[in-house]
Amino acid sequence: MYRSHVMVCGGTGCTSSNSDKIAQAFETEILATGLQDEVKVIRTGCFGLCALGPIVVIYPEGSFYSMVKEENVKEIVDEHLLKGRPVTRLLYDETVAEDNTIKSLDETAFYKKQLRIALRNCGVINPENIDEYIAFDGYAALGKALTEMTPEQVIQTVLDSGLRGRGGAGFPTGLKWKFAAGNQADQKYVCCNADEGDPGAFMDRSILEGDPHVVIEAMAIAAYAIGASQGYVYIRAEYPIAVQRLTIAIKQAREYGLLGKNIFGTDFCFDLDIKLGAGAFVCGEETALMTSIEGKRGEPRPRPPFPAVKGLFAKPTILNNVETYANVPQIILKGADWFASMGTEKSKGTKVFALGGKINNTGLVEIPMGTTLRTIVEEIGGGIPGGKKFKAAQTGGPSGGCIPASLIDTPIDYDNLIAIGSMMGSGGLIVMDEDTCMVDIAKFFLEFTVDESCGKCTPCRVGTKRLLELLTKITDGKGTMEDLDKITELAEFIKANSLCGLGQTAPNPVLSTLRYFRDEYVEHIKNKRCPAGVCKALLNYKIDPVKCKGCTLCARACPAGAITGTVRQPHVIDTAKCVKCGACMEKCKFGAISKG
Amino acid sequence: MKSLQELAAIRDRMKQTVNTREAAHDTTRVVVGMATCGIAAGARPVLNAFTEEIARRELSGVLVTQTGCIGLCQYEPIVEITMPGQEKVTYVKMTPEKVSRVVAEHLIGGKPVTEFTIGAAAR
Repeated sequence: MYRSHVMVCGGTGCTSSNSDKIAQAFETEILATGLQDEVKVIRTGCFGLCALGPIVVIYPEGSFYSMVKEENVKEIVDEHLLKGRPVTRLLYDETVAEDNTIKSLDETAFYKKQLRIALRNCGVINPENIDEYIAFDGYAALGKALTEMTPEQVIQTVLDSGLRGRGGAGFPTGLKWKFAAGNQADQKYVCCNADEGDPGAFMDRSILEGDPHVVIEAMAIAAYAIGASQGYVYIRAEYPIAVQRLTIAIKQAREYGLLGKNIFGTDFCFDLDIKLGAGAFVCGEETALMTSIEGKRGEPRPRPPFPAVKGLFAKPTILNNVETYANVPQIILKGADWFASMGTEKSKGTKVFALGGKINNTGLVEIPMGTTLRTIVEEIGGGIPGGKKFKAAQTGGPSGGCIPASLIDTPIDYDNLIAIGSMMGSGGLIVMDEDTCMVDIAKFFLEFTVDESCGKCTPCRVGTKRLLELLTKITDGKGTMEDLDKITELAEFIKANSLCGLGQTAPNPVLSTLRYFRDEYVEHIKNKRCPAGVCKALLNYKIDPVKCKGCTLCARACPAGAITGTVRQPHVIDTAKCVKCGACMEKCKFGAISKG
Repeated sequence: MKSLQELAAIRDRMKQTVNTREAAHDTTRVVVGMATCGIAAGARPVLNAFTEEIARRELSGVLVTQTGCIGLCQYEPIVEITMPGQEKVTYVKMTPEKVSRVVAEHLIGGKPVTEFTIGAAAR
């Protein structure tokens, strides 16, 4: 029995800022002070507030230490663990009240409006210990489903809950299961899509790192519902921590007989394997994913037949996303009505977003459907650094679109996002401020899809490439107004004719920026100017001869030798030689250099 | 896993461990003074005795935690117990031997052991 638990974040974010060394330092220091029988160090999954990592939480007080460094560990052990005095100086400042008392995490702006269902165990349990998962009602839902419910009842419960696919498209999960259950076959499969590929998205990774058993349990429930006996988790090899924790979890579940034959003494048998993906974005598309599991090159195939009829190895198959699965055990335990009571009319429950870009509280948030973008950005996200203005947010990554500042009060759910030309996507949410050029952003996402297009169908392979060339023409200052019409026409063509979701959604970032920020495109074309000052070809650095004192600093900083002038005389930039690196502007002490 | 009972057994066994992480409002708090004065007077064995006794009796909803010096150094080791909806009770000059009685009579029975409290010591 340990009186105190030191929870050190072992998610990818904190691990990359050396949280493992911090955990080791705690273990060493605790041993040195002789507290090893009283205090236990546990490596957890992601707490969500990645911007403040590495994070260490000490229970029973629930003290939230942020940005912990190795050299802080001794002080925390000596003061907090040995003498019971939390080191307020090192705590997350929002948890420390004015009178120096410590507030609960739930009272901080970041956590206050969150509702954690899919992430409920992340940061709370040791993901490498099945007993801790069981202590928080783990595998109770599987037990309930197998011993008290028929497969039909399980499907009906998921249907009634209104759960929709969290991978992006938002197809009703229960319906998917119902179709697969209705198809008779000697073998059926249950698959999990953990091939999270959107730039800036890390929801699925964090769930697998923080609570791997929830995915195993939900897949077993799904297998029981549709009559499958084998499952596969398709996960990218670029997620080593998630792969490792999931491997441990599967091993533990097998040892406990929660995977294998006659689970809970019933006739139900189910086993699970991991398939590593090589990180191709297209393998997040369901048919390409299954082709890849079969050992072939990851390319999509036409639908129909849908996977529920002919999926993996031509057998009826269901494929759900990690986050979708993470909701299932709670729905079985607490009932469809409980889940359906949260969210909006057509989007029930919560959604996890990976908050990134120009935002103070970078991290992982889970909010009820219907929360406005304003709440996410201004309250949970803590606003935009440097007092800059919010310009837009990109949801759905390279398949989604942007939400401009004028629509910041839109309640976020599947249908509202589609209506404004974006999509839920898997949950990446990238915030952009006034320094972001929207043409450049559209170009960035398109470069990604051009790279990731598998090349099987022409509209996607050639179309996205041509679309990118048109955009590049504009950012180079060579675009014409006719190009805008061409872009729209080509984009619609790619959407309508591509084989799979990758191509069908690839033009979305272009179309939505064109819809909301057309004036920026026009400015690039007509005035050869990039209003945000991002597109290098359209930038010119200038020295104000009145402000310039002739200190020569800029001339010495210029790597291209583009600045000339004599001492104490105003200098001049030769725009033909200038490489637009901005080094001169950084060096100037008199604010004499401007770009535009 | 052959039955739901097996699962429930693991859950119950682990419940105490994870209770430490649930700072609910209806928990009982056992706070041991662990400043230099407390430690010097022998607060650590008292703290450990509480942890062990609570584990042995499988009590749930009880948190054992520590605090600094409350200024009554001559009475250390001091232990404060707060039960939901009740006044705080302050025990003074605690020893590991006294702990089992406090757990049995106060935490389980709901009746403070008056003779160990600060009120009795001051008289």
